[in-house]
Amino acid sequence: MSIVEILFWFLSILALGGAAMVVASKSPVHSILYLILTFFAISGHYILLNAQFLAIVNVIVYAGAIMVLFLFVVMLMNLNADSEPQQKNKWLLYIGGIAGGSLLLVIVAALKQTAATTQLVQMNNGDAGLIKNLGMVLFTEYVFPFEISSVLFLSAMIGAVVISKKEA
Amino acid sequence: MPVYYYIFLAVALFCIGIIGVLIRRNAIIIFMCVELMLNAANLLLVAFSKMHHEVLGSNQQSAAGDAQIFVFFIMVVAAAEVTVGLAIIVMLYRNTHSVDVNFLNRLKN
Repeated sequence: MSIVEILFWFLSILALGGAAMVVASKSPVHSILYLILTFFAISGHYILLNAQFLAIVNVIVYAGAIMVLFLFVVMLMNLNADSEPQQKNKWLLYIGGIAGGSLLLVIVAALKQTAATTQLVQMNNGDAGLIKNLGMVLFTEYVFPFEISSVLFLSAMIGAVVISKKEA
Repeated sequence: MPVYYYIFLAVALFCIGIIGVLIRRNAIIIFMCVELMLNAANLLLVAFSKMHHEVLGSNQQSAAGDAQIFVFFIMVVAAAEVTVGLAIIVMLYRNTHSVDVNFLNRLKN
């Protein structure tokens, strides 16, 4: 087993375990910390695929900004394991688990039949994901969507302020 | 690495997100599971972009770059979504003193 494969399996187990603990843990703060772990594992996958720009953006935007916002809101509301809303109907729990598991089973069974899945992914080299090349694409071909996204952010900011204002 | 490892990893992450949305009642956890599903899709897009790169060779730079720009825009939309969504959850908490999504059926009246 090469070092790339060992890293792949390590990061995959980290991501899946973190994701499972997000759903399983009682306290919302623990859920958020496990989700940050999962995002770091996914960033590790991006580095393994040599998508360095996305790895850094994932760490800064997701693990850095979005999850801190979640943590801030949870601590603002002072939520903990005791105030966690309990699922009263245990059957709904089982049905949800069975439905999700069946979806996984169906997708895996359907994808096992396709021939294209044996194609190789280029690991650890290739320069499509470097900042220089992505910047060239972003600021030439995609400059209009890039500017539109600034309008999206402005409207999201105004929307957040309007929604959370007290009794407007 | 064959691409199906990445497909199955992303599908597993996505299904864990779906199970979380179905079985949890805390609105914040449900929201986090949605983020998890977005990230599974991002991971799959990046893996496919690198597969494309491997198949077509390095003279087809832009096609591999397109997928990664797409992931970048998904992150942009997710950031905008989180600000508005958390504002809604804060308002829900202020009105009902709980983050239980089952209280949202009061919107019926």
